[in-house]
Amino acid sequence: MDAAPFNSIARRKLPPKQLIYRHEIWTRVTHWIWAVCLFFLLLSGLQIFNAHPVLYSGDQSGFGFDNTVFEIGSDSQNEVTGGYTEILGLRFNTSGYLGFSDGRARAFPSWATIPSGQNLAFGRVVHFFFAWLLVATLAAWFAASVLNRHLQRDLIPTAADFKALPQDIHDHLRLRFHHGRRYSVLQKLTYGGVLFVLLPLMIVTGLAMSPGVNAAVPWLTEVLGGRQTARTLHFLTMLALVGFFAIHMAMILAAGPFNELRSIITGWYRTDTSEEDHV
Amino acid sequence: MSEMLLSRRRFLRRAALAGSAVMVSGCDVLDEAGAVDHPVRDAMESANALTYRLQRFLFGRNALAREYSRADIQQPQRPNGVTAPPDADYHSLAADGFTGYRLDIGGLVENPMSFDLATLTSLPSRSQITRHDCVEGWSCIAEWTGVPLTLLLDRVRPTAEARYVLFRCYDTIEQGLSGAFKYYETIDLIDARHPQTILAYGLNGGPLPVENGAPLRLRVERQLGYKMAKYVRSIELISRFSDIGGGRGGYWEDRGYDWYAGI
Repeated sequence: MDAAPFNSIARRKLPPKQLIYRHEIWTRVTHWIWAVCLFFLLLSGLQIFNAHPVLYSGDQSGFGFDNTVFEIGSDSQNEVTGGYTEILGLRFNTSGYLGFSDGRARAFPSWATIPSGQNLAFGRVVHFFFAWLLVATLAAWFAASVLNRHLQRDLIPTAADFKALPQDIHDHLRLRFHHGRRYSVLQKLTYGGVLFVLLPLMIVTGLAMSPGVNAAVPWLTEVLGGRQTARTLHFLTMLALVGFFAIHMAMILAAGPFNELRSIITGWYRTDTSEEDHV
Repeated sequence: MSEMLLSRRRFLRRAALAGSAVMVSGCDVLDEAGAVDHPVRDAMESANALTYRLQRFLFGRNALAREYSRADIQQPQRPNGVTAPPDADYHSLAADGFTGYRLDIGGLVENPMSFDLATLTSLPSRSQITRHDCVEGWSCIAEWTGVPLTLLLDRVRPTAEARYVLFRCYDTIEQGLSGAFKYYETIDLIDARHPQTILAYGLNGGPLPVENGAPLRLRVERQLGYKMAKYVRSIELISRFSDIGGGRGGYWEDRGYDWYAGI
């Protein structure tokens, strides 16, 4: 199979105003399922974290020794309770947001967790339901993207892409966007990084925390540095995904939210006149 | 009781806080869906059944949890949940050094039996240095010594109808309006027959301390801590657990936790 089917579809459906069919149905539907999944996974994950808001390195949690790398907590001084966040021993006052919010001790505030109150049991139910949905959708997306060549055509960077990298970084920094049918190399690297690095890392570090998986695949937890390190990596990967989301939103706003949203909802995308030859 | 940080008082306080949060939250609908037996929650809980079936299907019945070396025991085993049962019958047993303790095994078995501690400790034992994983997220490595449950099952001979093993415990974990809630747990026969599933009477080379579940506690090394009932009073082989307690297979399960805790 080659890229011809897609291109012929794109050409055939190309209306006069440089509107092109950019995202196929698989890409659009899986995108929105992921968006929903990641929203629920994040908020239920913070709920789960709140049950023991400390991260460690190694196999176990240091109660009789210190291997803490991150902690959200609260303490009282002069009868005033405040929240703090401690990163590698450095303590920051995060009252009102982390450690203490709405007048009570709580790692992540209630607006950031599902459910809003302390409920580890339901947080886990929500988390594992959407984890399964995410994995199933990723698998479907991967199969579809290999078959319809979305992967080869749109996501895997070419040598020419890497040559264009400095120019693309330069353009992005100046918020100068090219609206072509193809992703720019920074887009390819970012989406590829999320789909082939961050999400798999999330799944693998999650599995490494399961005692059932540990018994069947003991090396998995070991290569990740132990169960508590896996838990820390799971948390760090979450931060990376939140960072991706923030940049993703900023780029969409800067590049033209109407056009970008239309393309990921309907598939149709308006390209720059100057990019017509790319189509 | 298992290793859950939620003591009864904290649990009730959190439940009250959660209740008030539900009332003030804009996410009322979502929070309501979290009630045990809510249809939305039931649908989402089916993911746990999938996890259970898939882990049982993919992983060997006897895949062993990782065992560590003595050097990995770096701290005392963190006690959790009930650490001092308030119950009078337990106190009188403890006062006597548990010499009057009897473990009754019955239910769907051909040969119900009762064991005292001296008998249990004279049976072939197994020691294992394993990592205890709490549902809250923390882990702790310790050495557990006890009698493999499968040896006891061989002696009582479960009938063909038996599907689960029920552990009833001495400790009252919560005082409800309708009376005391005692801890209980259930596991399937695959975990019950697993080589690392033991009834532990020893911890880190010494006798099992009261705070960790003396005189006898369960170890199910491929699941989370709340499955590992402490202060075990009796064992029953059963065909279903829907008619026991809240019907979900354990004290914490009745409060919304998943029955299968291999994840």
